Amino acid sequence: MSQTAVADAPVDGAAPPLPRLRQPRLPRWAPAGLAALAAALGIGIGLVAGLDSRIQWGLIAAALYVVLTAGIAGAVEGVRQAKDRLATSVIWVCFLLAVVPLASLLWETAARGVKVLDGYFLTHSMSGVITMEPGGGIYHALIGTMEQVGLATLIAAPIGLLTAIYLVEYGTGRLAKAITFFVDVMTGIPSIVAGLFILSFWIIILGFGYSGFAGALALAILMMPIVVRSTEEMLKLVPNELREASLALGVPKWKTILKVVLPTAVGGITTGIMLAVARIAGESAPILLLVFGSAEINNNPFEGAQSSLPYYIYEQWALGNEPSYDRAWAAALVLIAFVMILNLVARGIARWKAPKH
Amino acid sequence: MAKRIDVSGLSAYYGNFRAIDDISMTVEPRSVTAFIGPSGCGKSTFLRTLNRMHEVTTGGRVEGKVMLDDEDLYGPGVDPVSVRRTIGMVFQRPNPFPTMSIYDNVAAGLRLNGDAKKKDLDEIVERSLKGANLWNEVKDRLNRPGSGLSGGQQQRLCIARAIAVEPQVLLMDEPCSALDPISTLAIEDLIGELKSRFTIVIVTHNMQQAARVSDRTAFFNLAEVGAPGKLIEIDDTERIFSNPSVQATEDYISGRFG
Repeated sequence: MSQTAVADAPVDGAAPPLPRLRQPRLPRWAPAGLAALAAALGIGIGLVAGLDSRIQWGLIAAALYVVLTAGIAGAVEGVRQAKDRLATSVIWVCFLLAVVPLASLLWETAARGVKVLDGYFLTHSMSGVITMEPGGGIYHALIGTMEQVGLATLIAAPIGLLTAIYLVEYGTGRLAKAITFFVDVMTGIPSIVAGLFILSFWIIILGFGYSGFAGALALAILMMPIVVRSTEEMLKLVPNELREASLALGVPKWKTILKVVLPTAVGGITTGIMLAVARIAGESAPILLLVFGSAEINNNPFEGAQSSLPYYIYEQWALGNEPSYDRAWAAALVLIAFVMILNLVARGIARWKAPKH
Repeated sequence: MAKRIDVSGLSAYYGNFRAIDDISMTVEPRSVTAFIGPSGCGKSTFLRTLNRMHEVTTGGRVEGKVMLDDEDLYGPGVDPVSVRRTIGMVFQRPNPFPTMSIYDNVAAGLRLNGDAKKKDLDEIVERSLKGANLWNEVKDRLNRPGSGLSGGQQQRLCIARAIAVEPQVLLMDEPCSALDPISTLAIEDLIGELKSRFTIVIVTHNMQQAARVSDRTAFFNLAEVGAPGKLIEIDDTERIFSNPSVQATEDYISGRFG
């Protein structure tokens, strides 16, 4: 009744009519119901039309869901609500489109990887294994990855950290601008180019041999800009008031940075470094060029060829037979787990070190 | 041990912009001097020139003299770090160090300067917290983070942190503007107690506060936006609020301004 009263209120020329407050709404279960309907229709159409790929079924269902939601909402609820529902359904569909490949990748790797993944696989190398037959493991590659990534982090993290501190706390003028520019450029260097640079500089010009360390140098080049960028962002997040509070206590600037600024940002900085580590742990191109690859255990990263997990996967896959495929999948699973554990550790540290309230 | 500050012909710049122009005044020891004036008139900038915090800002530059008793703070060879140890500062927004406990916050100044023994430190922390009227509220949770306190408590923690290094002068930049009336009262009472030991300079937008806490009041003003701020007059607080010698001061205080 009040609706009619409002709607029928006299309109005196200038004042626009007031909107009605209550409007018809779709029931709460409508989005879920429509999603089920769209899924059913998608499967139905797929079966009837004889489409082979389930991906096509899914895409049909997704498109139907978006169109159905917008159409029905438009008919029942009006244009504004229809736009709202259209945006919501598009976001949901995009979310699923992003998550499905990730989930399926994890699922596929886990399902195929567990076949040969056991204690033996983790603790033995490929030394003396006939590649056509089952057996062997990734111990040599694990050692290689850990040593190369560890060395790269030892080189890149301090340099990146100090660069970021310079840029945020000291740098003004041209030098800072130039550094920022080159860091940006470095972010875009393809890993193979970093590998070729070290190859020509370290191995060809300086005459050192293949080694894990050469690979680590290339990985450090890839890692440095990531560390600089993330650390820079974290340092910028530290409120200036804290720096001023410390300076006003008569604490010198370098001590302020060391004891106030860095501890406040340490969680984020560690996360950034860990993510950079995760990023370079999956690089295979520089390893191929600089570490050469090997089937044997070589604990010394400064001398002789080594292997690494990404390289191992590449190598096993290239062999092109069933037992090698199994090993490649298992190594991929180990690599994903390695990166995931690093991420979890980083999150743990960030939470542990975050300023408490 | 509180000291007198004598400022003469002081101008401060941000890059090429002159924020305050040719200010001269004397701040008496063991007294509270309040700075009042409209926003942007350079009160805070002037305050920050008194412990060389102004030059921390990019492009910050100062001309003129600030004498602390008989030493020029801007003289050749003067280390800004030791100036700031002598002249402490409390900021507008409470800014305890978020990674440190209440105890560590108070001890920060001494610890970061590396001249404190554990035993003395306990005593200094207790004395400073008592000095800031915070001891009774926090004595059972000294190891809890300082950021867990209320705004008013945090500000008193910052005052405790500032007085722990035993400065000669304490500068306060609108210390109560982020606080409720009760916390404000606590801080004002504290200022009254602290002035027996320190020379205190306080910037405030609250004229009642200036009238309540200060012995002398300085009025700053600027001719127009973008013009440098100037000191209009400085006098005993009572006179400024009852019978100022400049018309602009009376206009500002009675609210007939801007």
